[in-house]
Amino acid sequence: MNLRRDVFQALADPTRRAILLMLTYQSMTAGAIAANFDTARPTVSRHIKILTECELLQPEQQGREIYYHINAVKIKEVADFIEPFRKLWDDRFNKLEEVMKNYQKQQNI
Amino acid sequence: MNLKTKVTAGEGTQDLLITREFDLPVELVFKAYEIPDLFEQWMGTNVIKMESHPHGSYAFETIHDGQVVFHANGTIHEFVPNEKITRTFEMPGFPVQLEYLEFHKRSETTSTLTIHIIFKSVANRDQLLAMPFAYGLSMAHDRLEETLKNLPL
Repeated sequence: MNLRRDVFQALADPTRRAILLMLTYQSMTAGAIAANFDTARPTVSRHIKILTECELLQPEQQGREIYYHINAVKIKEVADFIEPFRKLWDDRFNKLEEVMKNYQKQQNI
Repeated sequence: MNLKTKVTAGEGTQDLLITREFDLPVELVFKAYEIPDLFEQWMGTNVIKMESHPHGSYAFETIHDGQVVFHANGTIHEFVPNEKITRTFEMPGFPVQLEYLEFHKRSETTSTLTIHIIFKSVANRDQLLAMPFAYGLSMAHDRLEETLKNLPL
């Protein structure tokens, strides 16, 4: 549970969300990521460290450079966190629609 | 993917937004909340009390195999037909939450309902999100199990 909370904390920051978004298209080095922000390089590095620690990002050594890419499994896990709750309400509202359509028919007769 | 029911939970916030688009006129969606008999049918719970006016109170209860498996109650603060219901919502063992229900007309035959829920804390919200079966009211046993299985714990 603590791990998950860390993930949510990691996602709470707009810069970190922007980094994740950027990396959905391609993997990038820390330098290339930082070049997209006005923020100081060490600040961006810290964001990347946090994202890596909670496994939202995966570093990969390629020659002398480290490329970061998104950990799709982890991202999906976070997205799924809400899904059972959403499904519950979706089912319930589908039922509402069904009940009220029947009610509407009865009123029209 | 265009989902009819959307749930938005901002990270690190203590609220939650549920949005649903209905193929029903707004008046009918509101009626589903207003008339106990209809409410019971779609929520799958028994209405013990429903005083639909400001400062009125309500209580729901679901009994399964002679056991109370769900109980919720609260007080209604605002009740404007076809527009909004503002109420508190309480389940035993959980902090009270505040709910803003807003009903919007989209066309003569379609409408949108938004439910904005404010929890006592971020942790409290995340806990409830992680265990939708706490809201399990209507769910038959097999469906409860299915939800439990799908929990990403």
